[in-house]
Amino acid sequence: MSELDELARVLPMVGAEPTILADEQIAHVVGHGHRILSRRSVPGLQLDVEETPEALVGKMTIQAGVTIVQPIHMCFGLAHPTGSQRIQIDVFVEERATARVLSHCLFPVATAAEHRMQATIAVGPGASLTYTEGHYHGPHGGMLVLPHATVKIGKGARYFSDFSLLSGSVGNLDIDYLVEVEEDGIAELTAKIFAHRTDQIMLKEAVILRGERSRGLIKTRVVLEDEARAEITGITEAHARGARGHVDCMEVVQGRAHASAIPIVRVFHPEAKVTHEAAIGSVNKKELETLMARGLTPEQAIEMIVSGILR
Amino acid sequence: MHKKLRGVVWTVTLPLLDIRNLTFTAGDQRILDRLGLTIDPGEIHALLGANGSGKTTLAYLLMGCDGYVPTTGTVMFNGADLLSLKTHERAKLGLTLAWQEPARFEGLTIREYLTLGRTSLDPEPALLQVGLDPDRYLNRRVDKALSGGERHRVELASVLSMKPTLAILDEPTAGIDMLSISHIINVIRVLKDHGGAVLLITHQEEVAAIADSASQLCNGRIIFSGDPAHVIEHFRGRTCVRCDGEVCGYVRT
Repeated sequence: MSELDELARVLPMVGAEPTILADEQIAHVVGHGHRILSRRSVPGLQLDVEETPEALVGKMTIQAGVTIVQPIHMCFGLAHPTGSQRIQIDVFVEERATARVLSHCLFPVATAAEHRMQATIAVGPGASLTYTEGHYHGPHGGMLVLPHATVKIGKGARYFSDFSLLSGSVGNLDIDYLVEVEEDGIAELTAKIFAHRTDQIMLKEAVILRGERSRGLIKTRVVLEDEARAEITGITEAHARGARGHVDCMEVVQGRAHASAIPIVRVFHPEAKVTHEAAIGSVNKKELETLMARGLTPEQAIEMIVSGILR
Repeated sequence: MHKKLRGVVWTVTLPLLDIRNLTFTAGDQRILDRLGLTIDPGEIHALLGANGSGKTTLAYLLMGCDGYVPTTGTVMFNGADLLSLKTHERAKLGLTLAWQEPARFEGLTIREYLTLGRTSLDPEPALLQVGLDPDRYLNRRVDKALSGGERHRVELASVLSMKPTLAILDEPTAGIDMLSISHIINVIRVLKDHGGAVLLITHQEEVAAIADSASQLCNGRIIFSGDPAHVIEHFRGRTCVRCDGEVCGYVRT
């Protein structure tokens, strides 16, 4: 089986169908290690990706006023147990453009591999970008995964990101996102992670509300089992009149797992407001007993509660 | 059960639920005090009592909730020793509980909550019975976005879906508007039509009135039992033969 076929085979694990790669209406890029295996662009999208020995270097531009109807798929990964993948990508969503990007990170058999992404994203005035990143890792752990991004949201622009790692064991995951929001802009960051075995999760997300009436939400759902560890830091700063931010972190801890949550809120204007809530603990007892009172075993009840939290 | 006595065959109906001498303490406080109660198959039994009289504690104890273990007493349910079973094992026998303040589930849809993985189960009839439109509600989530009244109705629909042998309904009309109380009464009747029994914990006299029998609980003990009209009258009359109102607040007038 080719590397392309191997990565396409596991696409359903992150909710995508392999047929997207053959669809001429759908833009995509598939990168294995530092090689491009497949790519396609569509009108209104400029997609440049270059292979270098050190990294895949790319630039994606959604042209002003254009709405890309179908999601743009970016599939990155390794079909081998070991290896390294570094990605440097700059994304520009020009004024009043709209796009959805689905990023699939696939490491089905990795045992000792590395995946680094350094992204800069600029969402122009009045533009909208929905960025969904789904990870699939096999059962072995042993990876080092470092997605880092800086995002600038222009005046009246919208940015929605959704990171999920729900299958397999990752190893070490270190996410670092910094998002700056201008006047009337909106940023919503959601992360859903299910960590197992000896996974180590570091998640740091910061939303800086620079403009008046800008809004930000950081929502994190993490479920840990076995001996997994997680440290979740959600930072929201409000610098201007009418800025509103909220940090919402929930971590469910099972087995011998450990979790910590560090919500940091800073307000630099008297007419700005930031709120936060954080909850760490075992599965909610009342939810558990309610489902057991309908006949589910404790194991079935926990599975159902966790699947809801991570949805 | 059939027994032959002096040549005559007698049919003896065992109670579905048989509670004897049940005592539960929390710290140094006795919440249930040598309580006894029986409910027959298909019977609707209303349990009335002032706040703090022990009604909800009894419900939690019967369902086997965490921390609710009696110090004395026995509870037989359909011939099984209920107290030796875990919550889900009790549910497998046909016992369930609708909570006074039902839990909220992030992400779980009403369809999933009503079916709980039983793919062959159609959740729509139960929703219709509680007056909720399936088209509007089945894909909504059982989370904070539901109002208190909506959540209560979903809880009752969940109980209906289970077709229990005995449903404990703890204040099923709490947070329900007056116009919708008829839906709740309908649910109780449907449970009975399915052959189920109901332990109906309520303050609402019009709801208690549909019961086949009733008891008044005071300070952890059943102080008065009989047909619902008499128990309601006793309850409303603010009389308490046990504590004379000193504990339960139902002062003789």
